[in-house]
Amino acid sequence: MPAETAARVGPGRSPIGACGEIVSNAKTYLPRDWGVQPPYLYEGYKSTVTRSPRKPLVPLPQTLSELTGPVYGHDAVQAIDADLTRNGAVNGQPLGQRIKVTGRVTDENGRPVPGTLIEIWQTNAAGRYVHKVDTHDAPLDPNFFGAGRFVTDADGRYTFHSIRPGEYPWLNHDKAFRPAHIHFSLLGPSFVTRLVTQMYFPGDALLPLDPIFLSVSDEDARNRLVSRYSVVATEADYALGYEFDIVLRGRNATPMVA
Amino acid sequence: MADRKVTQTPGQTIGPFFAYCLTPEHYGRKGIAGNVMAGPATLGEHIRITGRLLDGEGGAMDDALIEVWQANAAGRYDSPGDARDEVPLDPTFKGFGRCMTDRDGCFTFDTVKPGRVPGQGNRLQAPHVSVIIHSRGMLSHACTRIYFSDEAKANDEDPVLASIEAQRRPTLVARREDTPGGPVYHLDIHIQGEKETVFFDA
Ligand SMILES: [Fe+2]
Repeated sequence: MPAETAARVGPGRSPIGACGEIVSNAKTYLPRDWGVQPPYLYEGYKSTVTRSPRKPLVPLPQTLSELTGPVYGHDAVQAIDADLTRNGAVNGQPLGQRIKVTGRVTDENGRPVPGTLIEIWQTNAAGRYVHKVDTHDAPLDPNFFGAGRFVTDADGRYTFHSIRPGEYPWLNHDKAFRPAHIHFSLLGPSFVTRLVTQMYFPGDALLPLDPIFLSVSDEDARNRLVSRYSVVATEADYALGYEFDIVLRGRNATPMVA
Repeated sequence: MADRKVTQTPGQTIGPFFAYCLTPEHYGRKGIAGNVMAGPATLGEHIRITGRLLDGEGGAMDDALIEVWQANAAGRYDSPGDARDEVPLDPTFKGFGRCMTDRDGCFTFDTVKPGRVPGQGNRLQAPHVSVIIHSRGMLSHACTRIYFSDEAKANDEDPVLASIEAQRRPTLVARREDTPGGPVYHLDIHIQGEKETVFFDA
């Protein structure tokens, strides 16, 4: 595209142009890395057997529909949404070990992902979710709801406070307990950067037995789902600190061309 | 060309207990998005999209999250990635919806019919909605699209539909029914089996 045209079109414009013209300045995203992402069918996790697509995925070119996505910024959240020790409190503090979790969201190119919405949910210290269909016989905590949301800052960083979640049983196999975990949902800059994952805790004896964790066959990638204990993040006399960085899909070097 | 420096974080299943965070209306809290995407003032044809989410044995998937993303009636996405200022935004329409399936595996979205947006080769795409399915039993989410049965001509020239074998195209096309309450589009999503929906590697 000649410089003159670029100047006329301006940054961010995406005209419908002649063949070969740039139709969006948005650069396409690197593919989902199936060497790292867990497969649909993983027999150790029994529910995948009837809930896994079996036909080959159809390649989808990245059009405006894929290069765009909803944005929920700082106006969609309040400061208290990032403090689970307070956002469900009724008449006191929740029981359990207070924690602070912090980390950076970047893309595969190593660039920060600023202004992206993260939503989290977890059990209370006893391993019980507020969710109506959680029938685990462990007590609810009247002062803990277990959900939060926040937006990454200009450097891609996020921080929230909570209490350490408990382990809970599930029906997958005999004596199955999930390792302690916090569910994370990230929107990222486009609909194709959507990521829902789980953060685990270091040294959890249940990790090598958990089929959901083990479904990630790449050992390095799997271990990056485990947060690190951090003295730096720890708050004196208040909360244990953990760091958990997240990497979303990166971008190709060239813009989408018609 | 791709300067990949670090590796993607793996996904993990959304599990069965996301509702009080992601679709928390039944918990007295407000989520960022629900399944009523259009308000009274939203421009365009008001429609309902509904269907069932079914597993490989034809059973209802009653604890899944369906997310949709679409352009407004004029064919503009409310997103920094779409800066075509000559196509108007609609301040009453964001284009993002969330619905948790019910005990019958049903999902419903009240929205407007999206306009056409450009696709590959500068060809206009047929009106469509992008869809992500998350569920217990799915370690990675699945991506699909919903097209509209009364757009036969646009569907015929749609480059994405054209890339799919003819026999499987109907798995993406919702059937229009005109009801006294307005147009309703029906489409069941089959995660697996004979009628498996086309899922994309987007
Ligand atoms: Fe969980």
